[in-house]
Amino acid sequence: MSGIEIRNLCKQWAAFAAVQDVSFEVLPGKLTVLLGPSGCGKSTTLRLIAGLEMATSGQIRIGGRDVTWLPPAQRGLSMVFQSYALFPHLTVAENITFGLDVRKVPKKEKKERLEYAAQILGLDALLHRRPSQLSGGQQQRVALGRAIVAKASVCLMDEPLSNLDAQLRHDMRAEIKSLQRSLGMTMVYVTHDQVEAMSLADEIILMRAGKIEQRAAPADLYSTPVSTFAARFIGTPAMSILSLADGAHGAVISGTQGPALFGGKGEGFLLGIRPEQIRDDPDGPIDAKVRSVDYHGADSILDCIIGDQTLQVRVEGVRRYGADEAIRLGWDPQAMHIFEAESERRVERAPLDFASGKKRPAARTARHN
Amino acid sequence: MARSRFQLAPWILLLPATVLLVAFTHYPAVMTMVKSLYRLPKGSRPAKFVGTEHYVSMINDPVFWASLKNSMIYALGTVPMAIGLSMLMAIIVNSAIKGRSLMRMFFFLPTILPMIAVANIWLFFYTPSYGLIDQFLSLFGFEQHNWLGDPDTALGSLMVTAIWKEAGFFMIFYLAALQQMNPTLAEAAALEGAGRWYFFRRVTFPLLMPTTLFVMINAIINSFRLIDHVIVLTRGGPDNASTILLYYIYMVAFRYWDTAYASALTMVLLVILAGLAFIQFGILDRKIHYK
Ligand SMILES: Nc1ncnc2c1ncn2[C@@H]1O[C@H](COP(=O)(O)OP(=O)(O)O)[C@@H](O)[C@H]1O
Ligand SMILES: [Mg+2]
Repeated sequence: MSGIEIRNLCKQWAAFAAVQDVSFEVLPGKLTVLLGPSGCGKSTTLRLIAGLEMATSGQIRIGGRDVTWLPPAQRGLSMVFQSYALFPHLTVAENITFGLDVRKVPKKEKKERLEYAAQILGLDALLHRRPSQLSGGQQQRVALGRAIVAKASVCLMDEPLSNLDAQLRHDMRAEIKSLQRSLGMTMVYVTHDQVEAMSLADEIILMRAGKIEQRAAPADLYSTPVSTFAARFIGTPAMSILSLADGAHGAVISGTQGPALFGGKGEGFLLGIRPEQIRDDPDGPIDAKVRSVDYHGADSILDCIIGDQTLQVRVEGVRRYGADEAIRLGWDPQAMHIFEAESERRVERAPLDFASGKKRPAARTARHN
Repeated sequence: MARSRFQLAPWILLLPATVLLVAFTHYPAVMTMVKSLYRLPKGSRPAKFVGTEHYVSMINDPVFWASLKNSMIYALGTVPMAIGLSMLMAIIVNSAIKGRSLMRMFFFLPTILPMIAVANIWLFFYTPSYGLIDQFLSLFGFEQHNWLGDPDTALGSLMVTAIWKEAGFFMIFYLAALQQMNPTLAEAAALEGAGRWYFFRRVTFPLLMPTTLFVMINAIINSFRLIDHVIVLTRGGPDNASTILLYYIYMVAFRYWDTAYASALTMVLLVILAGLAFIQFGILDRKIHYK
């Protein structure tokens, strides 16, 4: 098994820097997801690792070997493309064994590897079909089959599920994860879908405009986003961000009289809070007004107004809300994320126990990044 | 009632096209067939039915056989060369090399010139001793050569001219087909370690097969159909060494005015072309498409 190490990787297209000083490593047998909005440089990073693009500067090591300037075939990896890249004139079997033919793997071994992959992926009955006679999900499996028979210890995937419907995407996700585990592959997986990233990854690398915004395990990315960008990218609906103001006893939500959320200045800071961590609580400390309700079945998303700002709240159950109904909201002091307004970076502040009105710094255990 | 009106409508709509097709294609073809069975009227004597007489004399006509053989050589020489060259040019101008739009224009240029103009250019190239080819070869100590006047090189010279003219046109079809190809196929193959030649042999070439079939049929038909350059460059000579079938038909019909015999020769050409069309649509088409 080999891991991947990326050092200060840069890729420049004419005047445009698609990847800027990206460094990370993937431990052997782990699955790292490159996540980020469209155009942030995920695919470029992956293609640099694959050798389909050449780095402007920086270093790529696979299994301890410097592969930065090696052609793709000598890097010992396999790749699954978004478009599957199946050869339309070859059968499923020929598509899967294409690479083995190139490398002149003996017939017997070729047959064994093909049978093994076909059996894992349930493709036995389809081996003589052509790609155009397969469904999207089956084509996806053929592409995976190619990666399996290659027996490369590193596998790269660029949005492999984005052409599938929601149900299939869900099933294939689980399948890819279990394949990666059972074959012990080191995998770099590119997606713009945060749900996919959260459910698959051992570690997520969140990218923004060619740079790494945050690198963390899924749970940490959710609990301790380093910036408003990271905070809003993970979780649906997205975290609400409210601006703060100076109050008599500390920072308050701007446009309100309190309560004070933490000691010190509020001006120039932002409060982030996830809709699912807010309670509709008649004894809650925060006054709000319901502006609209988005009914989803098991839960609803309320658009609420606090002072002059909007905030989303997820409520469960079937309670109906009238337009402009006044409600009270509450949340755990630990659920608050504080960011500096100018840099949009996370800062740590000891929250006050505003719910009971008593000043008590709550113990915070969240990691600093 | 509504039914019968609706059955009439399509026929009315088809009428103009049908009239044109019948008047200018089917009727002449049938008349040619009929005419090939009659002897020419002479003076006051009307045309006389002679059955297969023209076809029998064709069998004994050495010029007919020479022209048929020349046509075969011409087709077998020009078609694969034009296909190979156009495919190569398309692959070159489809790659990410510098100045490729200039190259595309350069390769396509011969296509937009009329065949007469192309033939005139090559007439200059082939001129003994002054011509471009002889001047170039003299650099390496070759003697001057009458390319168009030597029975051994006349047909070959015509073929080179035709390939030069046609390849650029076929390149466009290959270029279109190459641009339809998913570029990640090449990347997937590169990841597996496939070299350029392997990828071409195993992927590009098979995927271009439908285009190759189309180009091949067109090239073959053109090889039987185009004689402008024959007229300009060699007039079939020397000693019929470069007479191809259509040129012979032209000579028989419009130089010797034996239109009946020319009709019989035309029937041979028609049968050849119909056979080729049948091979394309009836057999190869079904085998080569993957969808
Ligand atoms: N071959 C290229 N030439 C110029 N710009 C490119 C090229 N490939 C990608 N880019 C640019 O680099 C940026 C990152 O692209 P990409 O890595 O594909 O983003 P994504 O995160 O959506 O996969 C985009 O702005 C894109 O326009
Ligand atoms: Mg991408």
